Amino acid sequence: MHELSLANRLVQMAEATAIEAGAQRVIAVTLRVGDLSGVAIDALRFAYDVATAGTRLEGSRLELRRVGVRVFCQFCQREVELPSVQSFRCPVCNTPSGDVRAGRELEIESLEVE
Amino acid sequence: MTTPRILEVRQGLLKKNDMIAATLRAQYKTAGTFVVNLVSSPGTGKTLFLERTLAALRDRGYRPAALVGDLETDHDALRLARSGAPARQINTHGICHLEAEMVERHLVGWNLADFDFLFIENVGNLVCTSSYDLGEQLRVVLLSVTEGEDKPLKYPTLFNTADVGIITKADLAAACEFDPALAERNLHAVRPGLPLLIVSAKTGQGMTSWLDFLVDRRQQSNTAMLENRRESLARR
Repeated sequence: MHELSLANRLVQMAEATAIEAGAQRVIAVTLRVGDLSGVAIDALRFAYDVATAGTRLEGSRLELRRVGVRVFCQFCQREVELPSVQSFRCPVCNTPSGDVRAGRELEIESLEVE
Repeated sequence: MTTPRILEVRQGLLKKNDMIAATLRAQYKTAGTFVVNLVSSPGTGKTLFLERTLAALRDRGYRPAALVGDLETDHDALRLARSGAPARQINTHGICHLEAEMVERHLVGWNLADFDFLFIENVGNLVCTSSYDLGEQLRVVLLSVTEGEDKPLKYPTLFNTADVGIITKADLAAACEFDPALAERNLHAVRPGLPLLIVSAKTGQGMTSWLDFLVDRRQQSNTAMLENRRESLARR
């Protein structure tokens, strides 16, 4: 359960950005969350409500953009998306690959402010 | 009344941790200290494994040290200190993982150049520990035979970030009807090519291979560093 500390970081970063831009209020936060980011979505949503209370983000929407896991397949010589994180094999040719190119993301993409 | 507008941010939530970790990594390299982060669920035998590792490295003439994370107690640091190696406790007070900043703070007063190896025993947790880079050169995941072979499939995020897998408590394998081939298959499903070692810290089984592995990895890391240094000197 590290979602609360992540939510607190999110609030700090979003508030700093909003203040810098001269915004009074944050209406929505768009967050990119990779399937390998280690974040439990439900826990993050719960923590978000707690962490935003009494801040410029209070009552704002949290919009999550899921990022699937992509690995580089040596055999196919291209990036492929994994259908499951339980099997790191190319879905086309079945070659194992641990060369992760996407899926660990945990980043604020944008804020909607006013 | 202002109109709503969109601000592009594109910043990672773990950016601060990653920056501290990068600074630490540079410090470890300059000091020639090989840093190992040990992660596992609670009760895999990390502390005994580490205690024996520290003692054996000292017997081989190396200078190891340890930082050990725990929610509340200092029991583990006291146990590790019995090996004769310097050991410090990091109490996280309820936080379920170690962060780079905690490591940085607990290194104050230690001269890294005095250590050939620094082991960081993370809090027992298979989820949260995976997201925090501590600047380590080697991330070791431990899986005990008492936990069942399917743990890697249940926690792919953590197992996927490991550099080596250690199956612990091998002395109990038969009693637990542990299937090493199945465990290996599952580990490799989520982390293809992961080197694996089977050990029992209690009986000493597999410990020599583990120590050889460590010494070898440290050697490789130092050689790479020296080559980089030589190359940058040559470019001047």
